[in-house]
Amino acid sequence: MIYDFFFKLTGSNFLADVIQSLLPLFIFILPFALFAVLFERKVSAHMQDRLGPMRVGYHGILQTIADILKLIQKEDIIPTLADKPLFNIAPVLVFAGSYAAFAAIPFSSAFIGSNIDLGVIFIIAASGFVVAGILMAGWSSNNKYSLLGAMRSAAQIISYEIPTVLVVLSIIMITGTTNLLTLSEMQTGHFWNWMIFGGPQMGLAKFIFIPIMIINFVIIYISTLAEVNRTPFDIPEAESELVSGYHTEYSGMKFAMFFLSEYANMFAVSAIVTALFLGGYQSPVGYLGNLFGAHWLIPIEQFFWFTAKGIFFVFVQMWLRWTLPRLRVDQLMALCWKYLIPIAFVNLLIIGLITVL
Amino acid sequence: MNIYDIVFYLFAAITVLSAFFVVTTRNIVYSAYYLLFTFFGVAGIYVLLGADFIAMVQLIVYVGGILILILFGVMLTNKITSVEIKTGSVQVVPAAVGVALLAGILMASMVDTKWRSVETAMPSATTQGIGMLLIQQYAIVFELLGILLLIALIGAASMARK
Repeated sequence: MIYDFFFKLTGSNFLADVIQSLLPLFIFILPFALFAVLFERKVSAHMQDRLGPMRVGYHGILQTIADILKLIQKEDIIPTLADKPLFNIAPVLVFAGSYAAFAAIPFSSAFIGSNIDLGVIFIIAASGFVVAGILMAGWSSNNKYSLLGAMRSAAQIISYEIPTVLVVLSIIMITGTTNLLTLSEMQTGHFWNWMIFGGPQMGLAKFIFIPIMIINFVIIYISTLAEVNRTPFDIPEAESELVSGYHTEYSGMKFAMFFLSEYANMFAVSAIVTALFLGGYQSPVGYLGNLFGAHWLIPIEQFFWFTAKGIFFVFVQMWLRWTLPRLRVDQLMALCWKYLIPIAFVNLLIIGLITVL
Repeated sequence: MNIYDIVFYLFAAITVLSAFFVVTTRNIVYSAYYLLFTFFGVAGIYVLLGADFIAMVQLIVYVGGILILILFGVMLTNKITSVEIKTGSVQVVPAAVGVALLAGILMASMVDTKWRSVETAMPSATTQGIGMLLIQQYAIVFELLGILLLIALIGAASMARK
């Protein structure tokens, strides 16, 4: 484990804890956000038959760094009638909420921020802080568009949390664990042991599980997409009606924090879907480390597979964003309450019956 | 004083201070947000006591549910900033007597109880134990609570339809 390594290196529990908890931020979220912003612009550009940013560096690969340098120099504007303390705390609260989720994400068998027993439930609990932060940002801006965007966002996140939790519950019922590391370890072997293909056990139950699991996967993907406020569920930011929702009044680094937490959230929900359904950090075909007898290679390969699956789902989110139109508020609520929740309940019932029998 | 003590005092300070501000502040939105930190501090203390499941449920139910509902209610109300919340002191003598009585009872029960303090290395996970208790020893209570929540749900839905 990486913790033991840092413990040996520094010789103190406290320092090892601090380094371990900062690791996902510095080696993962910041580089990922740099990459993802450029990736999003390139994906959108190529989908619309454009080239996207081309000027800074080869095919614009340094564009995001230039943008960040610009954002750092920007003046930090606080509206006169805004509620200053809440206005300043809100971006921090939103980012803290989305960063907290990374504590329980198993990047590889050697690295998980904190191997807590209630990993999945912790991630769901941490998203409550994001909602509170978004409401705080919307209210303190003293702007009706911000407030409307924040209310829509909070209503949407709370509604779509229900199908997410129902699907997570069905996974917990099958595997009997809420620990994401154990859950990933259970799906070891080849890709037919992943939860989306019915889980690790063989027999009749596996074949009944396969269609249910694929439906569950689609439900959780749609509802997590809504929880991160991405198109087609981006009515909180609907730029044609609300300017840009709850971060309309933010500028400079505070805006950058919202941006960072949006991309961190995108990866976090992809990582949850990956860990629950697609074997987490497990390789679909086996490890090079086993082939060559180099066992130190396996955690690195696992890290590669985990980020590859996560980034693939981030790519699908971007793909959907530039393909589908935005949903109306009533359509959004109808999709959640009339379709996703009943289907998730039926699936939960069937899975419960099968696991009892 | 090891690191756990420091973390405990940190969470305790967050809980007590924010709870104090919840009742003293005049702005209703501020008191809702101070409540967020109170819930957070209480959840932290639960974790330090080894009650991981209760801590998570505390966050989901109180921060993710009740607090967001309060904020919704507050923000949907017209002219929230101009609402005068009475935070002055009235009826000082009866209040003082009541508070003194409550504090006395609490202090007495704290001093008299023989607290079991066991030196444990690392608290183990509690989810499985809680689940077993709920479906074996307390099965009837658990089911009754479920029915109660269902009644509340149906009642809320039927009131909303009118």
